[in-house]
Amino acid sequence: MPTLIKDGQVVDNLWCLLEKGVDMNAALSDKAEQIIVPFALWQDHKDTLMESSKKIAVWLDSEDDPYELANDVIDLPLICLNFPVFRDGRAFSAAVILRERLNYQGEIRAIGDVLRDQLCYMKKCGMDSFDLADGVNVENALHAFNDFSTSYMSTMEEPLPLFRRR
Amino acid sequence: MYNYDNYDKQMLQERIVQFRDQTRRFQAGELSTEQFLPLRLQNGLYIQRLAPMLRVAIPYGCLSSRQLRKLASISRDYDKGYAHFSTRQNIQYNWPILEQVPDLLAELAEVEMHAIQTSGNCIRNTTTDQFAGVAVDEIEDSRPWCEIIRQWSSFHPEFAYLPRKFKIAVCGTPNDQAATQVHDIGLYIKKDDNGEIGFQVLVGGGLGRTPVIGATICEFLPWQHLLTYLDAIMRIYNRFGRRDNKYKARIKILVKEIGAEAFREKVEAEWLHDKDGSATLTQDEVERCKGFFTDPDYQELDNTNQAIEDAAASDLLFSHWLERNVAPHKKSGYRIVNLCLKETGVAPGDITDTQMEFVADLADKYSFGEVRVTHEQNLVLTDVRLQDLYVVYKALKTESLATPYLGLINDIVCCPGGDFCSLANAKSIPIAESIQRRFEDFDVQKNIGDITLNISGCMNACGHHHVGNIGILGVDKKGAEFYQVTLGGSSDRDTSLGKVLGPSFAQAEMPDVMEKIINVYLENRQENENFLATYNRIGMEPYKEKVYANAD
Repeated sequence: MPTLIKDGQVVDNLWCLLEKGVDMNAALSDKAEQIIVPFALWQDHKDTLMESSKKIAVWLDSEDDPYELANDVIDLPLICLNFPVFRDGRAFSAAVILRERLNYQGEIRAIGDVLRDQLCYMKKCGMDSFDLADGVNVENALHAFNDFSTSYMSTMEEPLPLFRRR
Repeated sequence: MYNYDNYDKQMLQERIVQFRDQTRRFQAGELSTEQFLPLRLQNGLYIQRLAPMLRVAIPYGCLSSRQLRKLASISRDYDKGYAHFSTRQNIQYNWPILEQVPDLLAELAEVEMHAIQTSGNCIRNTTTDQFAGVAVDEIEDSRPWCEIIRQWSSFHPEFAYLPRKFKIAVCGTPNDQAATQVHDIGLYIKKDDNGEIGFQVLVGGGLGRTPVIGATICEFLPWQHLLTYLDAIMRIYNRFGRRDNKYKARIKILVKEIGAEAFREKVEAEWLHDKDGSATLTQDEVERCKGFFTDPDYQELDNTNQAIEDAAASDLLFSHWLERNVAPHKKSGYRIVNLCLKETGVAPGDITDTQMEFVADLADKYSFGEVRVTHEQNLVLTDVRLQDLYVVYKALKTESLATPYLGLINDIVCCPGGDFCSLANAKSIPIAESIQRRFEDFDVQKNIGDITLNISGCMNACGHHHVGNIGILGVDKKGAEFYQVTLGGSSDRDTSLGKVLGPSFAQAEMPDVMEKIINVYLENRQENENFLATYNRIGMEPYKEKVYANAD
């Protein structure tokens, strides 16, 4: 079983991610019990997906608007944010919007080109699980969360900015 | 000066450890060149034409003498004994070795300095007026606000992978010395009728390939909301700035494409969520930061000095220097002394290790141990007693630091250009030198009067050529280096972008072209009119006619 990092531990990945363009038949007949559907499929077939016997999560690409999940966050145990390339930083803001604006309490997972050196900032923006890109050393990556022990500004880890804690 | 506490020190140490490990993993092949690129850039490290280049931040241009001495010793130990002040209050080393950079950064940290976010697609070093805190016309000292922004922007987890680089300038005086309107965000400090501090917020200014003057999206932002409002702007830019084309990725393109009003609405809508939240600034924090920038121990002194007047009467060069390089000070009996790093034959903004140490000594002896760096690539001693000016002048002369032409034609702003930079289309330093040689006679320079001349070796515009009264841009014409001239630029409160004179010129033609342009001005100027004023009155045509007269 593939693994990922969640809450600072290496754990099995129980979710199956369906690529863009997948249709409803293929999605519902997938043998996995927990599926992560692309945002477009979720938008078009939300009700049908929720009625199925599967556990459903959604993944957003970097240009998708997280605000469009405003009414759905209560139903979703997992929202994945894709990094098409590691230097595309839009998902950092998407995570903040999900947490702060939409008050999303579930799991936010970084997927795609997820590398060691961005993990610390991802966590500070509210992501809590990390499906690393191929070839990234998991043991090494676990150390990345300690790169910075604190932050100047308000973060999802430490909502009070340093100037209110100093 | 701001002093680091344990939090600041700890984060800086953590960054050094992080970058040391990143460098090690890159050299061990665990990080690809592409993966290492943004990591090294966010630590100021470029791979240049001949060697790496390391850009070190001088936050809002403030340096202590101790820091300047460290910059000097680093230039000796890790480089070739000199360094270069850039147009963004940074200092650049041209010859460090990659493996030694983590050690170099550790040395910088000993004096609370770093190269964090001096490059890459993140929030860069915040810049301001070099006279902050001592200017006679100051509304509010910009340095505490710059420090607040420095902390907010350092290691900001959400905004480390922006579409493109991001530059913020703050100006606390009516007379803008910070080129505020050509920054991604420009902040003019204002006071309302009750004396409360706030900010006029401009967005989308910038130079480079598409020069734009920033648009005001908030006339008066009360100070408490500074950081939440900046967060809102950054979030809109991070989400909607273009990422498909590097040349259209700056915030100015987003603001232009959707319009300043629509951009403002997006920011306001985003801001509503954060407004009055935990990132709202507190009076305590502002007072804490202001506490680092209190006045030094000034003496009560007369604002006139007979000995200095006598010296000026008998020493013509000193009187020139007094007139050009010395500015009035808010405190009676003190003056602001500008050191012009534009000696002919030396690359503009370059300084040697011994000069740095010399300036540090002078600062200790005559200016409370502080030095400022300007975006015009010069240095400033902000707090020199009037009575010490002649001693200071004579001392500066011994190290070739007393060139008396601040703000004159030979005070050229110039990027490193094709001699160093791998982005450049053309050399810029030899152009500066050829023009300086043509106008070497000080009386000629003085007769021309106030003027700004800016040279960039490519359209990235590090030499800010768009806002020079005369701008020179290096271009590539079928493999040969040519130079395009613009006229009428200014980075003052009335910012304007220069207009292109006409077809570009070969390097050898440039001194003649400059002389012709200057002659048109001299022939047409009316009483007390500076170069820009004459240009604005008579327009481009007379310059065109003169310069291209024999072209056909």
